[in-house]
Amino acid sequence: MNALGHVLEHYVLLSSLIFSIGALGFLVRRNTLVQLMSIELMLNAVNLALVAYNRVHGDNMDGQMFAFFIIAIAAAEAAVGLAILLSLYRLRSTVNSDEADTLRH
Amino acid sequence: MSAGSLFFAVCGLVCLVGALFTVLAQNPIRGAMGLLATILGIAGLFMELHAQFLAAIQLIVYAGAVIVLFVFVIMLLGPDAGSAGPGKARASRWFGGGLAALLSGAALYLVGAHSTGATVFLPARPEHGTVEAVGGMLFGKGLVPFELATALLIVAVVGAIAVARSQNKKKSVEKPEGETRRMFVGPLHPRDAGHPIEKEPAK
Repeated sequence: MNALGHVLEHYVLLSSLIFSIGALGFLVRRNTLVQLMSIELMLNAVNLALVAYNRVHGDNMDGQMFAFFIIAIAAAEAAVGLAILLSLYRLRSTVNSDEADTLRH
Repeated sequence: MSAGSLFFAVCGLVCLVGALFTVLAQNPIRGAMGLLATILGIAGLFMELHAQFLAAIQLIVYAGAVIVLFVFVIMLLGPDAGSAGPGKARASRWFGGGLAALLSGAALYLVGAHSTGATVFLPARPEHGTVEAVGGMLFGKGLVPFELATALLIVAVVGAIAVARSQNKKKSVEKPEGETRRMFVGPLHPRDAGHPIEKEPAK
C-alpha cells in the first residue's frame, strides 16, 4: 500500500468519481442551474486528471497548459449557459429543462 | 500518515462531499456552495501536484468569477430558481441516469481494480508549475491557442450580453399618447412675451 496522495492512481480515481457524480447529476436533474453546475464539476474532474498525469512527466508542462485552456473555456461556457438560462426563464418562467421543447411541436 | 497524505485525504473528501452536495441539493444556493467546496478542494490538490499557477487561476476564475456568476443568477431568479417540479420525460431521464451509472461503475472498476501497479510520483523539478515556467510556455509554443482563447472569450461575452438582454426595452421608452412634452419653458412666440408662462412648481 502506497502513501495516500503520492500515487497517480489515487488522483485518477478521485477524478473519475467526481466526473461520474457530475455526469449523473447532469442526466438526472432537471433544474438547468444544477445541470450547468454538473458540467463545471465534470470540467474540474478532467482538469484534475490532466494535472495529475502531468505530474508524472516532470520534464514538460503540456498538461497544465491544457488545464489552463479548459479553465478559460469553462468560464466562457458558464457565461453563455447562464445567459441562455435567463432567456429560457423569460420565455417560460421556469428553469426546468423539460420545458425547453419548442422544437418538438 | 505524512502531512501530504493527510492534505490529500482532506482535499479529496471536501471535493467528494461538495460534488454530492452540488448534485443532490434541492436549493441551488446550497448546490453553488457545494461546487465552491469542490473547487477549493481541487485547488488544494493542484498545490499538492506542484501546479501553483493553476491553483491560483482556479481560485481566481472559478471561486472568484464563475461561482459569483451562478449566485447572481440564482439571486436574480429568486424563489423560482429551485422549483424544477416533476419532470415530464421521466423514463428517458432514468434510462440516461442508469446508463451513466453503469458506465461510471465500469470505469471506476477498471481504474480501481485493474491498474497495472502504482505509479509513484518522483520528486518534481523546482520550477515545475511555477508562474514563470507555465507563463513562458503559454507565450512560447502555446501562443496561437492563447490568442484564440482571448478571441473566444470576447465572442462569448458579447454573445452572452446579446442573448440575455431584455427585449421589452422599447415599451418603457414610449410615452402615453396625448401628452406632449414641453422641452422649452420660455415664450414660444413674441406675442406671448407679455404673459410669461407660469413655471411648474418644483417637486
